[in-house]
Amino acid sequence: MLMGLFNNWVVVVLMMIGLYIVIAHGNLIKKIVGLTIFQTSVFIFYISMAKVDGGTAPILMANVTKYANPLPHVLILTAIVVGIATMALALALTVRIKEAYNSIEEESIQEQNTKQASELDELDPRSDKY
Amino acid sequence: MLAHLPILQVIVPLIGAPVCVLLSRASLVWLFALVVSGLSFIISALLLQQVLMSGTIIYELGGWDAPWGIEYRIDRLNALLLLIISAISTLVLLAAQTSINKEIPAEKHTQFYILYLLSLTGMLGVVVTGDAFNVFVFLEISSLSSYALIALGRDRRALWAAYQYLILGTIGATFILIGIGLMYQMTGTLNMADLAARLPEVAQTKTVLTAFAFVITGVCLKLALFPLHLWLPNAYTYAPSIVTAFFAATATKVAFYLLIRFTYSVFGVSFSFTALPLQFLFMTLGLLGIFVASIAAIYQTNVKQIFAYSSIAQIGYMVIGFSISSVTGLTAALLHIFNHALMKGALFLALGAVVYRIGSVQISQFQGIGQQMPFTMAAILVAGLSLIGMPLTVGFVSKWYLLSALIEKGWWPAALLILIASLLTLVYVWRIVEVAYFKPPLSTHSTVNEAPLAFLIPIWLLVIANIYFGIDTRLSVEVAHSASESLLQAQGLVIP
Amino acid sequence: MALLVVIAIEIARLKDLFAVVMLTGIYGLISASFFVVMDAVDVAFTEASVGAGISTLLMLVVISLTQRSEHPVRHRPVVALLVVMFTGSMLIYGTFDMPYIGEGDAPIHIHIAPRYLKDSMQEVGVVNVVTAVLASYRAFDTFGELVVIFTAGVGVSALLMTAGRRDDKKPVGSINDSMHKQHLVLRIVSKIMLPFIMLFALYVQFHGDYGPGGGFQAGVIFAAAIILYTLIFGLTSARRVINQTTSQLVAAFGVLLYGSVGLVSLLNGGNFLDYNVLASNPISGQHLGILLIELGVGITVASVMITIFFNFAGRQVFQKNKDT
Repeated sequence: MLMGLFNNWVVVVLMMIGLYIVIAHGNLIKKIVGLTIFQTSVFIFYISMAKVDGGTAPILMANVTKYANPLPHVLILTAIVVGIATMALALALTVRIKEAYNSIEEESIQEQNTKQASELDELDPRSDKY
Repeated sequence: MLAHLPILQVIVPLIGAPVCVLLSRASLVWLFALVVSGLSFIISALLLQQVLMSGTIIYELGGWDAPWGIEYRIDRLNALLLLIISAISTLVLLAAQTSINKEIPAEKHTQFYILYLLSLTGMLGVVVTGDAFNVFVFLEISSLSSYALIALGRDRRALWAAYQYLILGTIGATFILIGIGLMYQMTGTLNMADLAARLPEVAQTKTVLTAFAFVITGVCLKLALFPLHLWLPNAYTYAPSIVTAFFAATATKVAFYLLIRFTYSVFGVSFSFTALPLQFLFMTLGLLGIFVASIAAIYQTNVKQIFAYSSIAQIGYMVIGFSISSVTGLTAALLHIFNHALMKGALFLALGAVVYRIGSVQISQFQGIGQQMPFTMAAILVAGLSLIGMPLTVGFVSKWYLLSALIEKGWWPAALLILIASLLTLVYVWRIVEVAYFKPPLSTHSTVNEAPLAFLIPIWLLVIANIYFGIDTRLSVEVAHSASESLLQAQGLVIP
Repeated sequence: MALLVVIAIEIARLKDLFAVVMLTGIYGLISASFFVVMDAVDVAFTEASVGAGISTLLMLVVISLTQRSEHPVRHRPVVALLVVMFTGSMLIYGTFDMPYIGEGDAPIHIHIAPRYLKDSMQEVGVVNVVTAVLASYRAFDTFGELVVIFTAGVGVSALLMTAGRRDDKKPVGSINDSMHKQHLVLRIVSKIMLPFIMLFALYVQFHGDYGPGGGFQAGVIFAAAIILYTLIFGLTSARRVINQTTSQLVAAFGVLLYGSVGLVSLLNGGNFLDYNVLASNPISGQHLGILLIELGVGITVASVMITIFFNFAGRQVFQKNKDT
């Protein structure tokens, strides 16, 4: 009983470490790293459910009857791609934020935002140069 | 070709997006995007007509039969959503060229339209599909493009808003992915109809309960249901005006559609509303959301932000209708989706016109706009009245249904609270109206005049729709009512 | 698995972003080897090239554009801990009724998947079942995935685009130029390796039917070759070979290729992406369809990756120019 689920518990711990990094850390790059760990751990969870004891990779061969389930593999291939796409966009935003705020720490950005809001210079917003 | 309408609905904007790269001039791209969006509007209208006449349409992609391949499944509910999304998209695009000329640097215009079409594709794809994993993929198309679109806003805070939205949105999507994985693990299928058939067997397991909790939480993050709404106000405020108008009228509706689809069609009403105390939970969160967001709206000084908070409050109304889980309640929720799209589309487009002429949406800058931009301001006034729920506007219709659904159940306190909340809406709409009509124009605005026709036409089309569907309620009510009836009847039971 | 936990905790603790990124790369690599153990070779291949390759590279570029260390957080993240604990215990609770890993009679192994394993040979005619499902049964998901990548490419270039044509004319086009003039060995070795990497990419592209591989992995490898070239020879010379407008056009072309396979099957009387109608014989139709869409995937992925990398690298030049 314990062994059958043990793997899943480790995966849950991994996911939660990732999620924790995303929520608790203020550094924008660290947040993205956390998100990556969170997602990768979800991938591990999907892949482990596809496993069949005594089976092989789902590439058809003579004399083999037991294969791992191909469907989760397909889903995760898609999800990995989605993950990297999201990450690229997040990193691009980080670069722009660094240029606009000269910081990639959440606290400092929030501070600058509050200041900007109180200055009420809305007529001429300090738009960054494109 | 009629048989292929379901796939064309998604494919037309999808193929349209990369074609934009090939076009040389930005104005050409705009025209092309407009045509593409218009086409998908026509398709959605044809689809709705087909569904109303001959029932659910099923389309098997790749020719593979359902649980093995991916299928599109269109019933009244998603046909209605398709129509709303593509109609708003087309109307908003009408004003796009004029607006983004002011707000986005010229070399990024092509990319803007590509992203816009992609985000339209994503939303349509989510709504039309009958496959749980396909939902995830198209949800990510629409989300990724919307992060990028929001980040195109002029203010640097747009970048920060987009980043926050990206982080929260991705957490939401990953939650949905976990939920889908758990469901798949217990049933072996990803097809929604197949899931609905196979889930009852394993409904008692802890795993399915967890799956349900994760899907719902993920969807609620995307929906910006209070208290998961933190990303929304900034995202709406600092995005380019066109983007705000498009998303405010459609994006949260897609998430709300998913909420309905998963609870009613996939997990089934009897499971959803007994496994977790959803009724109580959503009723409370809905009411809290309405009050907290409305009060927050009253204290904002940026008009876009006022209406962004108001959007969170409006989500509260939809969720309350949803939680009642009677035919009338659900009808009210669906009507409110439709109506809210009309109101917020008109409002945010009008704000886009104000930005175009004045360059700001600070409430202090609204002084005297009533005289200088009479048509724009009148549109804000009518849409605002609709938001409050005045008779002869669409806002009245959905509020009326919501109240009667609550009273049907005998939930007087909730009905009373909703009436009080309408007064809060009156307060923040009045603030704008007062400044605009009863204060003299600012000296710095002496040259300001009425917005160009590119704005006025879509704005007033929406405003007229606000009034028309407020008086002649047959069409919208019939579709909403029959959709919710079939959602509840598919389950064979109605929660007492 | 224990290793993964240790790495994850280290990542959470460390303040040096460079180390964090490196560890993330290792994390990706170890998960990839775990996927191999779990018989998911295709996924392992992809995770290795993405998790340990491209994503590490992108993060390094971004660190060089921003900053290297993280500032300590002042407040105690109690709320985060509570959220995480709650979510985690919900998931643990959910595992109790799960079928055990490896059990052959779990629901996922008896419903749907058996048909893929049993009939895909007759219906699709491809030895690698993952490819059969990916490119035929669930081809539409893959189309969606491709569009996601395309979206990311457009999004990144919309965000980072600098007025492109000007810096080609400038003499100091890239910071890499002067730095790498001396590394003769590196230049020669990489010049020798480049053709092999590209050849390998082509092999992976067309081998997907028989073994692990396919358009996505091939695209990433191809992009890696170009990126290597850029790193060694500098951005300006790479831009001379492939410019940004072209790579965007190519990316769009890949998506259109995939889409037009679908449209042609519509015109031939089938449903969207129904390859059976592409040729007189269903199996050869399937082969043709899969070949074409994998090609579309490869093209778009490669060019989007290159676009993304060029945008980040170009931003570096832009920042430098702004400072001086």
